[in-house]
Amino acid sequence: MMDQAPILIIIIPLFAALFLTLVGPLGPRFAYGLLITGLVGSLGCSLLSLGLVLDGNQAVQYRLGDWPPPLGIELVIDHLSGVVLVLIAGCALLTAIYSLRTAEQDNPDRLNHYYALFSLLVTGLLGMAASGDVFNIYVLLEISALSSYGLLARGQGPAYFATFKYLIVGTIGACFYLLGVGYLYIMTGSLNIADMAAILSQPELQESVSVRIGFTLIILGVWIKMALFPLHAWMPNAYSKAGTTTACLIAPLMTKVSVYIMLRMMFTLFSADYVFSAIVWSPYVIYLASAAAVIGMIAALAQRDLRKMLTFIIVAEIGYMTGGAWIATASGFIGATYHILADGLMTLCLFMAVGAIIYRTGETSMAAMRNIFQKMPVTAVIFVIGAASIIGVPPTCGFFSKWYLIQGAAEAEAWVFVAALLIASLVAAIIFFRLLEIAFFGDLDTTGASGDHGHSHQPVATLRAEAPLSMLIPMVITAASVIILGLYTKEVVNYFISWSVPLGI
Amino acid sequence: MYSPSFYQIAPVIAVCASLAAVPLIALSGSRPNLREFWTFLAAGTKFAMVFSLAGYVLAGNVVEVDLIRVLPELSISFRVDSFGIVFALVSSFLWIVAATYTIGYMRGLDEHAQTRFFVCFALSLCAAIGVAFSGNLLTMYIFYEMLSLSTYPLVAHHQDLEGRAGARKYLVFLLGGSVGLVLPALIILFALAGTLDFAYNIQSGIVPEGTGPTMVVILFFAFLFGFAKNGVMPMHAWLPGAMVAPTPVSALLHAVAVVKVGVFCTTRVMLYVFGIDLMADLNLGIITAYIVSFTIIMASIIALTKDNLKARLAYSTVSQLSYIILGVALLAPAAIQGGIIHIVNHAFAKITLFFCAGAIYVATHKKNISEMGGLGRVMPFTFGAFAVASLSMIGAPPVAGFITKWYILVGSLDAGQMAIILVLIASTMLNVGYFAPITYKAFFGKPPAGVSYEPGIKEAPLIMVVPIMVAATISVFIGIFPGFMMQFVQMVIP
Amino acid sequence: MDELFHYIIAKYNYWASLVLLFIGLYGMIAKNNLMKKIIGMVIFQTAILLFFVSIGAKRGASVPIIKFTADKQPLLEATAYANPLPHVLILTAIVVGVATLGVALAILQKIQRVHGTIEEDEILEDQRS
Repeated sequence: MMDQAPILIIIIPLFAALFLTLVGPLGPRFAYGLLITGLVGSLGCSLLSLGLVLDGNQAVQYRLGDWPPPLGIELVIDHLSGVVLVLIAGCALLTAIYSLRTAEQDNPDRLNHYYALFSLLVTGLLGMAASGDVFNIYVLLEISALSSYGLLARGQGPAYFATFKYLIVGTIGACFYLLGVGYLYIMTGSLNIADMAAILSQPELQESVSVRIGFTLIILGVWIKMALFPLHAWMPNAYSKAGTTTACLIAPLMTKVSVYIMLRMMFTLFSADYVFSAIVWSPYVIYLASAAAVIGMIAALAQRDLRKMLTFIIVAEIGYMTGGAWIATASGFIGATYHILADGLMTLCLFMAVGAIIYRTGETSMAAMRNIFQKMPVTAVIFVIGAASIIGVPPTCGFFSKWYLIQGAAEAEAWVFVAALLIASLVAAIIFFRLLEIAFFGDLDTTGASGDHGHSHQPVATLRAEAPLSMLIPMVITAASVIILGLYTKEVVNYFISWSVPLGI
Repeated sequence: MYSPSFYQIAPVIAVCASLAAVPLIALSGSRPNLREFWTFLAAGTKFAMVFSLAGYVLAGNVVEVDLIRVLPELSISFRVDSFGIVFALVSSFLWIVAATYTIGYMRGLDEHAQTRFFVCFALSLCAAIGVAFSGNLLTMYIFYEMLSLSTYPLVAHHQDLEGRAGARKYLVFLLGGSVGLVLPALIILFALAGTLDFAYNIQSGIVPEGTGPTMVVILFFAFLFGFAKNGVMPMHAWLPGAMVAPTPVSALLHAVAVVKVGVFCTTRVMLYVFGIDLMADLNLGIITAYIVSFTIIMASIIALTKDNLKARLAYSTVSQLSYIILGVALLAPAAIQGGIIHIVNHAFAKITLFFCAGAIYVATHKKNISEMGGLGRVMPFTFGAFAVASLSMIGAPPVAGFITKWYILVGSLDAGQMAIILVLIASTMLNVGYFAPITYKAFFGKPPAGVSYEPGIKEAPLIMVVPIMVAATISVFIGIFPGFMMQFVQMVIP
Repeated sequence: MDELFHYIIAKYNYWASLVLLFIGLYGMIAKNNLMKKIIGMVIFQTAILLFFVSIGAKRGASVPIIKFTADKQPLLEATAYANPLPHVLILTAIVVGVATLGVALAILQKIQRVHGTIEEDEILEDQRS
C-alpha cells in the first residue's frame, strides 16, 4: 500500500472526477462530500510519499505497470516535488472545503459537474508535479488547462470571452512546449527526464542547435503558461471574471505549478551548466523578471477591481520567482522554490479573503473593503496577514522568500533585481495600505470629513456579518500556514529545498 | 534573585504580556473598566518582569533566549543586556503612567473607538520591549515593523482628512525607510558577515575585516536614514505630521516608544554592529555628528516658528532625538553615556510636556500657544510641571536634562570637537527661546484680546494631573540622583 | 543558393510543418473572427502533429508490426520499421487537440449567446457598453 502511494495521489482525484460526473441525482451535498474525500485521500498519499522520500532521503521512483524506464512511464517524487504535491493537494482541499457556499452560489445547477472539473484540474496539477516524463507533463498540462477552461467559463458574462482568449493563448503555450519536446526527442530518442538529462549532458549535444531550439520552445511555452511579463495579458481577465471558488483554486496553483515545471526543465532536464554557460540568456531574463515584478505591481496599483488587482500581483510574483531561478546562485534558487510554496499560500489566503468579502458584500471593486474591520473582523485579519506576506513583513513566509531572493541577487550582484524587488515591495505596501485604510475607516466621504477632531462622528454603525464557518475555517488554516511556514523556514529549506539545489551554482 | 531559568522566561513574558492582553482587551470592549484592568495588569506584569531582569543584569549577567531558528545561522532571539534594559525600564514604566493618563484623556474627551486604541497601544508596547530585548538585527527588524504597523491606527485615530494624511505620511516614511534601506542593508550585511547577532562589546562590531570602506559607508547610512523613526533630517517629516494623533499617543509613542525605538535601533547598530573602532577608522562618527548637529539646530529653529503647542513639541523632539545620536557618534566614553542616558531623560521630560499639552486641551480645548496667556494661574499644577520639564529640555540643573548636557559636553571635549560644543550652546539658547516664553506667558501673561476664559475652566481631572506630576517629579529625581540609571549606562562602556 | 535549396529540400518535412505553424499562429493572433481563430488553432496543432509523425518516418521502412522473412524468421532490425513512438504520442496529442477544439467551440457558442456576435471588436464594444 505504501509503495502505491505515489500513483494514488493522481488516481484518487481522477476517479473522484469520474464518479462525480455520475452522482448528479444524489444531490450537491453528496458531490461535496465525495470531492472532499477524494482530496483528503490525495493529500494523505502526498504526505505518505513525502514521508517515503524523507525516509530514504532519495527520490521515490514509481514505474507504471512495472515497465522500467526509459521505455515505461515513471513518476518521480523527490524532496522538491513532494513538497509541491503537498502544497497542491493541501490548497485544493482547503479550496474545496471553502467552496461549500460559493460553489453552489456560482453553480446552482449541475454542481457535480463543476466538482468533476475541479477534481480533474487537481489531477492534472498533481500529475505535472509528480511526472518524470516530458510528454506526460504535456498531457497533464493540457488536462489541467482544459478543465480550467471549463471552470473559468462557469463564471458569468464577460468570463466567456476572457476564457476564450486564455484558451487560445494557453494552446499556443502548450503547443510550443510540445514542439520543444519533439526537438529534444529527435536529439535524444527518449522522453524520460532522467534518461534525457543523461543524454543531453554529452558535450556535443550541448552545442547542438536543435537542442537549443528545443530548450527555447519549452521555456517559451512554460513562460506563456505561467504568465511571465510580457506574456501575461491573458491572465488578469480570465482570473478576475471567474467564480469565487474557481479563482481560489486556479490563481494560486496554476501559475505556481508552471514555475515548478520551468525549474524542472531548467535544472533537472537540462543543467545549471547548460542554462547559465552554454546559453547566455540569464542577464536578459533577469531584466525581464525585474520588469515583471515592477510593472506587475504598478499595474496592480492601478486596478480598482479587487481580484484583478490580485492577479496583477501574481504577475509580479512570477517575476520574483523567474528572477530567482535565473540569477544562478543557490540562494536565488532556494528563494524561487521557497516562494512557490509561500506565494501559493499567500495568494490563496488573499483570494479566499477577497472571495469571502465579495460573497458578503456582493461588490468586487475596492469599495467592497469599506469598513470590513467592523463587518468581518476575522476575514479582515486574514486579509492583513496575506497582505503582510505579499509586502514582506516578518515573520510571514513572504519575508523569508524575499530574504533569500535578495541575498541571492546580492551575491550575483544583480542589483537591478534587488532594486526591482524592493520597489515592488514598496508598491505592494501602498496597494494594501490604501485598501486597509478603506477597510479600517471606511470611505472618507461617508464617515464625514468634518474639520473638528471627530470625537463626535462615530463610524457609521455597521452590522457584523462574518463569513460563514465553512469559509472561515480554511481561511484561518491558510493564514496560520502563512505564518507557520515563515517561522519554519529553516526546516523547510534544510529538509526539502536544499536537496534540490542544482549542482554547479 | 530567582533561579536562572526564571530569567530565561522573563524576557519572553515581558514582551508577550501586552500581546496576551490584546484579545482580552478586544473582547471586553463593552466593559471599559474591565478593559482598563487588563491594560494595567499587562503593564504591571511587564514592568515587574523588566525590573527583576534589571537587577539580574546589574549583577553582571546577560540573558540570552533563542526563540526559534528561522534560517540557518539566523534566529529570532532575545538578549537582555544593560543597554537594552535602560530602554525597557523607561518604556515599561512609562506605560503604566501613560495608561493612567490615557484613560483620563480618552474618557474626558469621550473619544470613539477606545477599544481599538487600547489594543494598538498594547501591541506597540510589545513591539517596543521586543526591540529593546532583541538579540540580533532580524529580531529588531521584526519588532520595528510591528511597531510601525501597530501605531498606524493610532496616528489615524481621528479618521478625518488630516489624520489620514498624517498616517499615510507616517507609513510612507517608516516603511519606505525600513523596506527600502534597512532591509537590503540587513541582507547584504548578512551575506558579508554570516551573522546578524549583535557583538558583545561596543569596540568591535560584526562587520568582517576587509569589507570595502565604500560598502561599510553605504551600509552605515542605510541604517542611519533607514531607521526613519529616529527623526534625523530629512527623514523627520513624518513626525510633525503624526502629531495629529490624540495627545496620549503623541506622548507615549512619539516621546517614548516610536522615536526612542528609532534612536535605540540606530545607536544599537552604531555600537554593536559597526563598533566604535570601525566608526573611528572611517571617520563615520564625526560625519554622523555633523549630520545630526544640523538636525538639532534646524529643528530648533523650526520649533521657534510654531504656534501650535504640539507642533512645537514635535520639532523639539526631532532636535532632542539627535542629541542621543550625537552623543553616541562622538565615540568618546563620556559622550556615549550622555547619549544613552538622554534616552531616559528625554523620555520623562517629553512625556510630561505632551501630557501637559493634552491636559490643557482637555481642560480648555486650546491648542495654540498664543491663546494660553495667563492660563498658568488657572492650571498651576499642569504649568508647573511644564516648566520643570522644559528646564530639563533646556538642560538646566537640577533637572535630568542637565546630566545629558554635561556628559555630552565632557565627551566632546574629550573628542576634541569644539564645533560640537558650539552646536550644544546654540541649541541650548534656542531651547530657551522656544520653551521659556510658554511658561512665562502662562504665568505672567494676559489672555489675548478677544479670548476670555469661561469661568468653568479649571485644572484637568485628577487622573491626568497625577501622571503629569509623577513624570515631572521623576525628571527632577533623576537630575538629583542620576546614579540608578547611570549604573546601567556605565555598564555599556567596557 | 544551391546549398540553401538542398538544405530546404533535405528537411522539407520540417519546413512544411513550419509553414503550417506560422499560418496557424497568424490565424490565432491576427484574425478578428473567433471562429477563424479556432481554425488557426487547429492548423497550428496539426502542424505540430505532422512534425511529430514525420520524424518517425524512415526510408524504406514499413509499419511497426513484426514481419517475417521467407524462412519464417522474425525480422528484428530497427531500420525495417518506422519509429512507432512518435505516432503513439501523436495519438494522444490528437485527442488533446480534439478536446481543446470541443471546449473552444462550446465557449464560442456561449459567447455568441451572450454577445450576439463572434467578431472580436464587436464583443469588446459590447463589453464596454
